[in-house]
Amino acid sequence: MKPLVQVAGHACPLGLASVDTDQLIPARFMKRPRSEGYGGFLLHDLRRDEAGAEKPDFPLNQVPWRDAPILVARRNFGSGSSREAAVYALADHGIRVVVAPTFGDIFASNAVKNGLLPAVIGEAEAEELLAVLTARPDCLMLVDLEACTLSWDNRAVPFRIDPVWREQLLNGWDDIDVTRSFSADITRFKAATGQARPWIWPADA
Amino acid sequence: MVRSAGNGQARSGPQTLFDKLWADHVVAERPSGDALLWIDRHFVHEGSFHAFNQLKARGGTVAEPGLTFGVADHYVPTRDRDHVGNPEIARMIDDLGANTARHGIELFGMHDPRQGIVHVVGPEQGLTLPGLTMVCGDSHTSTHGAFGAYAFGIGASEVAHVLMTQTLWQKKPKRMRITIDGTPTAGVGAKDFILSIIAAIGADGARGHAVEYAGAAVRALSMAGRMTMCNMSIEAGARCGMIAPDETTLRWIEGRPFAPKGALLEQAAESWRRLPSDADAAFDREISLDASRIAPVVTWGTSPEDALPIDGTVPDPSREADEGRAAAIRDALAYMGLSAGQKLSGIAIDRVFIGSCTNARIEDLRAAASVLAGRKAKVPGLVSPGSAQVKRQAEEEGLDSIFREAGLDWVESGCSMCVGMNGDSVPAGERCASTTNRNFRGRQGPGARTHLMSPAMAAAAAVAGSLADVRPMLEGRS
Repeated sequence: MKPLVQVAGHACPLGLASVDTDQLIPARFMKRPRSEGYGGFLLHDLRRDEAGAEKPDFPLNQVPWRDAPILVARRNFGSGSSREAAVYALADHGIRVVVAPTFGDIFASNAVKNGLLPAVIGEAEAEELLAVLTARPDCLMLVDLEACTLSWDNRAVPFRIDPVWREQLLNGWDDIDVTRSFSADITRFKAATGQARPWIWPADA
Repeated sequence: MVRSAGNGQARSGPQTLFDKLWADHVVAERPSGDALLWIDRHFVHEGSFHAFNQLKARGGTVAEPGLTFGVADHYVPTRDRDHVGNPEIARMIDDLGANTARHGIELFGMHDPRQGIVHVVGPEQGLTLPGLTMVCGDSHTSTHGAFGAYAFGIGASEVAHVLMTQTLWQKKPKRMRITIDGTPTAGVGAKDFILSIIAAIGADGARGHAVEYAGAAVRALSMAGRMTMCNMSIEAGARCGMIAPDETTLRWIEGRPFAPKGALLEQAAESWRRLPSDADAAFDREISLDASRIAPVVTWGTSPEDALPIDGTVPDPSREADEGRAAAIRDALAYMGLSAGQKLSGIAIDRVFIGSCTNARIEDLRAAASVLAGRKAKVPGLVSPGSAQVKRQAEEEGLDSIFREAGLDWVESGCSMCVGMNGDSVPAGERCASTTNRNFRGRQGPGARTHLMSPAMAAAAAVAGSLADVRPMLEGRS
């Protein structure tokens, strides 16, 4: 996984609350293999009209936000379904950081596993950021994961990220490789728990 | 790093149900409190192909195929299964068959008499048991918490992790207890409880928490009702929902195909009786509701928190102090085609859907049938039972005839019209009274307008042709 230390660029203000994963990628696109790229499906039904044409007033369709690596939203971003495809759509579109006051738990976990930073900021800071970006679309942002700050002009606001997730993102670590170093512990646990709770093994139906 | 003995004997002080489940599954712990947890049960479905592809890319193998089960539910059509017309859907179903066969995983495939929605099938087959850690690449895995299991949804990378290691890294959630005491009136049940809770605390109100449902009204629920409540825990943002196992739970489990039997069941039951939260255990947050004050609930907007009693009116954004919230209400009303101040009761609907992992168990179908018996639906509708077994049982009880005679379609079991990915969907602009769990924009199909409610309320809506209070329709009926 590609490490994430700093991300600089434009930030797209998506002034919506509870952007659920059905919005991030409608279910009908999830049959496609990942190798085809999921970026085109991002927020598909909000971004496009029924004929598939881009809606010009949707922020992600506007310059300079089309290629913004940062997305700013209101609370409860990524709520709903566990579909990791929601993260694939963001990542394949080129987004590396989503900034919001709260995230759906499963979404945030999926994000980190794909090198996407879910940066938690206060409600007031989110409103400030949305206002700044709406007033000045060209405003450049810097996300610094070492310092856990989001800065523009002379202003810097702190964001929160779980310390384990931060380390994983900074280093590009992969869970499975880490877990493999625990294989002896897992083997020991399996034997002990199987003895304490033998019924965990399903009966022969 | 702390290594656990794996025998659950490290307990000290009063503990909650969740604390006990957590402690029993910690393989190793990081100083941060993150733990590597052993997973007792893992379900995969057609959508798990991303995870199997990750496994393949790493040249990995499945660590514990005996603890892993496959169920075809998300993409299976609910009609004419011998001719799956859509080649992409056919490929999804075939891929699940190939992946489970390759790795020695037992599959309840499309033509298996045990097939159904994974969160109905697991409990039905006795695979869901108290005290287990259970995962699936589906957020409604929280359903299984109704048995006193720690059950939660995971993403594809985590599915791959569990396949390869039978473990998962988890952050310990905080503990929340939601107590419901009192006796509900006839026509009010688990779906009304959980929608009322989500409306009260918000769609992210339980974020970061493991929720335990307790109180007399919860104890009085059948396993089906308990599953409905735990199922929708995720709609309040909870990591999981759970209910302590009791005699109702034990009665359900006994005799199920994969459940322990004889002496092993007795040994298990003895252990399960120690799982309920200790009397003086502390929760990080406590919420209480009075069941007698809960009315039948419907949603009006595009988030499950947008729920109100059926005798209420559509919210008015101009009365909302918070501008962000007002804008969200305006957006939701525009999408839903509703006006501020409009009475909920009487809003005309175009169709009904009775089904999904939330409300398609035999008890749910009986509740809907008790309203529909001898009546006609004014709108078209679909009834998709939660599993092939539920379907057979409903047919033995004659419920299918009640639905058919009312004018509704009786189809095979699957996720059906809840997910809009298998051929069953609500056409754009149409309004659907639905027993499902998500009223998100486009969830049931692009442009679809979803109102969530209980099976009895969906049946009432079918009869009235509009959102309606089921209570008067139940008068004089048992």
